[in-house]
Amino acid sequence: MTRTAAHALLSHWVHRPVQFITLVLGLALATALWSAVQAINAEARASYASAANLLENAARPVIQRPSGPITLEEYVTLRRSGWPVTPLLEGRLPTPNGRVQILGVDLLSWPDVVILGDAPDVAPEDLLTPPGRLIARPALAKRLEAIPDLPTVIALDTAPAGLVLADIGLVERLLNRTGQIDRLELIDSLPQTDLQTALPGATLTYPETPDTARLTDSFHLNLTAFGLLAFAVGLFVIHGVSGLAFEERRGTFRTLRALGLPLPVLTHLILAELVVLALIAGLLGIALGYVLATALLPDVSASLRGLYGAQVDATLTLRWPWVLGGMGMALLGALTAGAQGLLRLRRVPLLAATGPDRWASAAARQFSIMALGGALLAISGLAALGFGGLIAGFAAISGLLLGAALALPALLRLILTRIARRARGPVSQWVWSDMSAQLPGLSLALMALLLALATNIGVGTMVSSFRLTFTGWLDQRLAAEVYLRARSDEQAEEIAAWLTPRTDAVLPIRFVDTQLNGRPGRVYGIIDHATYHDNWPLIAAGETPWQALQNGAILVNEQLARQVGLWVGDPVALSPGWQAEIAGIYSDYGNPHPQAIVGMSTLLHHHPNIPNRQMGLRLDRADVPTLVTDLRATFDLPVDAVTDQRQIKAASLQVFERTFLVTGALNVLTLGVAGFAILTSLLTLWSARLPQLAPVWAMGLSRRDLARLEVLRSCGLAALTALVALPLGLALAWLLLAVVNVEAFGWRLPMFLFPLDWLRLMALALLAGALAALIPARRLTRLAPATLLKVFSHDR
Amino acid sequence: MTVSRRAFVLASLAAMTQRAQAQGYAGLGSEAEGFALPTPGYRFDFPADHGPHPMFRIEWWYLTANLRDSEGRDFGLQWTLFRSALQPGETVGWHSPQVWMGHAAVTTPESHHFAEKYARGGIGQAGVTATPFAAWIDQWQMAGADPSEVRLQADGTDFAYDVRLKAEGPLVFHGQDGYSVKSADGQASYYYSQPHYAVTGRLDLPTGALDVTGRAWMDREWSSQPLAPDQSGWDWFSLVFDDGVRLMAFRLRGGRGDFTSATWIDTDGVTTAIPDGRLTLTPRDVTQVAGREVPTTWDLTLAERDLSVTVQAINPQSWMGTSFAYWEGPVAVTGSRTGRGYLEMTGY
Repeated sequence: MTRTAAHALLSHWVHRPVQFITLVLGLALATALWSAVQAINAEARASYASAANLLENAARPVIQRPSGPITLEEYVTLRRSGWPVTPLLEGRLPTPNGRVQILGVDLLSWPDVVILGDAPDVAPEDLLTPPGRLIARPALAKRLEAIPDLPTVIALDTAPAGLVLADIGLVERLLNRTGQIDRLELIDSLPQTDLQTALPGATLTYPETPDTARLTDSFHLNLTAFGLLAFAVGLFVIHGVSGLAFEERRGTFRTLRALGLPLPVLTHLILAELVVLALIAGLLGIALGYVLATALLPDVSASLRGLYGAQVDATLTLRWPWVLGGMGMALLGALTAGAQGLLRLRRVPLLAATGPDRWASAAARQFSIMALGGALLAISGLAALGFGGLIAGFAAISGLLLGAALALPALLRLILTRIARRARGPVSQWVWSDMSAQLPGLSLALMALLLALATNIGVGTMVSSFRLTFTGWLDQRLAAEVYLRARSDEQAEEIAAWLTPRTDAVLPIRFVDTQLNGRPGRVYGIIDHATYHDNWPLIAAGETPWQALQNGAILVNEQLARQVGLWVGDPVALSPGWQAEIAGIYSDYGNPHPQAIVGMSTLLHHHPNIPNRQMGLRLDRADVPTLVTDLRATFDLPVDAVTDQRQIKAASLQVFERTFLVTGALNVLTLGVAGFAILTSLLTLWSARLPQLAPVWAMGLSRRDLARLEVLRSCGLAALTALVALPLGLALAWLLLAVVNVEAFGWRLPMFLFPLDWLRLMALALLAGALAALIPARRLTRLAPATLLKVFSHDR
Repeated sequence: MTVSRRAFVLASLAAMTQRAQAQGYAGLGSEAEGFALPTPGYRFDFPADHGPHPMFRIEWWYLTANLRDSEGRDFGLQWTLFRSALQPGETVGWHSPQVWMGHAAVTTPESHHFAEKYARGGIGQAGVTATPFAAWIDQWQMAGADPSEVRLQADGTDFAYDVRLKAEGPLVFHGQDGYSVKSADGQASYYYSQPHYAVTGRLDLPTGALDVTGRAWMDREWSSQPLAPDQSGWDWFSLVFDDGVRLMAFRLRGGRGDFTSATWIDTDGVTTAIPDGRLTLTPRDVTQVAGREVPTTWDLTLAERDLSVTVQAINPQSWMGTSFAYWEGPVAVTGSRTGRGYLEMTGY
């Protein structure tokens, strides 16, 4: 009996292969979106964890000398006077496919040497004596192996991500910097001796709470939010599809029960079927998610590196937590979605037919309750903003989004009822009120669409605003045509003298790393030149900021201003005995650290010995190539010492393009899943629709007309949802730009509106609606008149 | 003392000991690796031999002291500089194949404080010069015009010391005029000591600073050969009896039986080498130290000198929890003779 019943149940899928594929695919897509986001997050976090102390944000205090490298002799003198320091030498190693960061450490005193605990068969002499060994993660190691003349590379999973590690003796040789040390890290408590006595001109910087952690957290929160959204949208899909399967098999269930199959057995069979389906779809989804994550990870990794300097390996390893998580999600989703069907099954009267309008009356009350709940959610979300902080920002966003989604059915019903009242002509009146009547069945799908559209508008607006602002800012900020870095102060002087007759202006770039109101930051000195007045964008300024600058005032970046809560006119404390009044605040996108600008004479007055090796050159754009060639020919400069401003811009923009790409891909996918939800809902409603369509058909509307109206109806609902999504999306964008961004990055972005994007999105929503209605509509046109007539024969 | 201490150095290099040791055993006694080997009949050349011998694989300047404060409380002090060559010879700069390791410790009856340091040769961070004599690693140093009169300094997170040492007797040479055999297979080292130091100075401990006086013993040893493969560990004693006689004694524990050796040092510094098998060392009491059982009370007998004493740790918890861990601390001697001394045990 059980076997026969199972056979009968399963045979449904044989007759309805499309439905089967839809169900599995829907479930798989939802799982894929969810697990892809999880995978990216897990990978990125794992990368940080292992690299935690190796980046420039290492938790150890750092000793540096702003004027240049520390010598080996000085290092030894420091050690011999009891300073517990370990030397680091850093640089970039040219490889055929770009430069690779290389870090040289004294493997004997470097505390993080424990990461080599996993090193396979490597003898100490291999690491410490020539030719030495390079250590890198497997992916990077493979790239390095292809390069001739490099020492053997040890591939090590525990190596720091994104850089090559080696003994300092090897690195100084590779970088041609024998006897030089870039910085020292303090590995134990400070000795009694004064640093200035031990190493004149050196500075000791204590690490602040690393900014990277907070910034990358915000990026991950963004991703997680996307993941949750995908989960929600996915649930709508699963709910729709499994609901459809239940509706369609209602007859089979009834027959099986009538033939004597006990309810518990039937319930178990359906449950078993759900679990098996969830497993199949879950596996498929995880595979899809893996592919998706693999495709997106290089971009995510590049974004994180570019934005925050955080290193993420661009290769994905299967991690059990998210594989299991993905399966769990598929299972949970299928069961949650199936639960409603199972409950309904219990209540199905054995022999009674189902009423065509059984949803309508209950729905009215339900909608009002949902709307009320939604409003409460949105309000509490916005109230959370009062607490401040990143979490509050995200709480506001989720409250607003979910609240709006819950309120959507009630809102749509309100609109449709209004329109129906004003509609003229019987067909038009029928169409509008029919749309309203279909709302209960479609509401979940429409909520999914609303979320997808709003996210699309919100994130799209944020990203585009970001791009516009950033490009404009880059144009202004990188005003000089060529940027140049000399090997030494002497060489810089020579070059400057050589350049003076060949360019319009040589702008020295000199800076010192110091404290800005107690926070480590960088202070630049600039000379008085039109380049700055004309191009430097100030978001707040006193009367004559540039003149004030030459008289000892200071310009600070927005990050510093917001971090310490200072504004124009307030004093900033720099090094001891140096305080300056803020003459203006400039935007400084992409830089998490405090920064300031003072007049060159002021800077030199307080820090007379800072290096003078970098400069910006103003000249006719057309003369740039010749000048760069001549420069290289005349002076012995490092390969990357001369940079055409256009290259910097391109490199900077590339980073953001990648962020946009990831966002774009996730947006399109979410929208696709939402379209899918509408399709499944419409298919679910299909059988219930027949009794409603048959009378209209009988009154003279052709099947073709009905099909056309069907598509129109779907488009109409999609369009209405899109209209609601627009303000919601803009609110989301505002929250992202003005709340989340300020909390996470320390700067506020101006919001730009892109009506063309909205039109495109509206078109996409209509397309999704139309596509979703296409299958039911096609079915309708091919429906045998007899089937429609049968509706009346069933009618009692 | 040969291999255990060599292993210290290699062990510490990022936990890659096993490979290193295997390699050492494989190259047992071979000259193919380019290291020099000790030979019998070597004529020591001072002051040059107070300095390093980079052609040999391993070497140390190993100083231990038994000290007392004004209240008569016993203290132990250790200052050790190890040199380990990854390859024979020395070069200038980071690429030097010489690796230096320093251990310093102070032991009180109740506590044991220690610290460890590493440095590369070739850059000046650690090293030894013969004239004027200086042995150093970072701020730790033992320095004077020559080893007969030196100042010794070291510090850790919870201790520091600064003491002056003055030799009151001659250098003594172990084994056959300083050629000290370490196994029945003939592994050997060059080994001499200065066991006659008088010490005055100051200890800084968490409980406060103390003026101390006492006696110290410095071992100088270098070699290229590891122990025999079956030798698992080592018990080494340096004892100063109250009548001025001194005894160096060690036992190498091996699967094929123990190998013992000792040097009897008369008050005038005249030495007698005691060959394998004459000395008996019997653990009498073990202590739980760092999760293992370590013998901290010993019966030591040497029939030909009518010696039958009990050697007992002043602080049984004198555990050196360094990258290669071992037990090292001051001991008290009772029995047919009384005195004080130092005990080092590895491989437990």
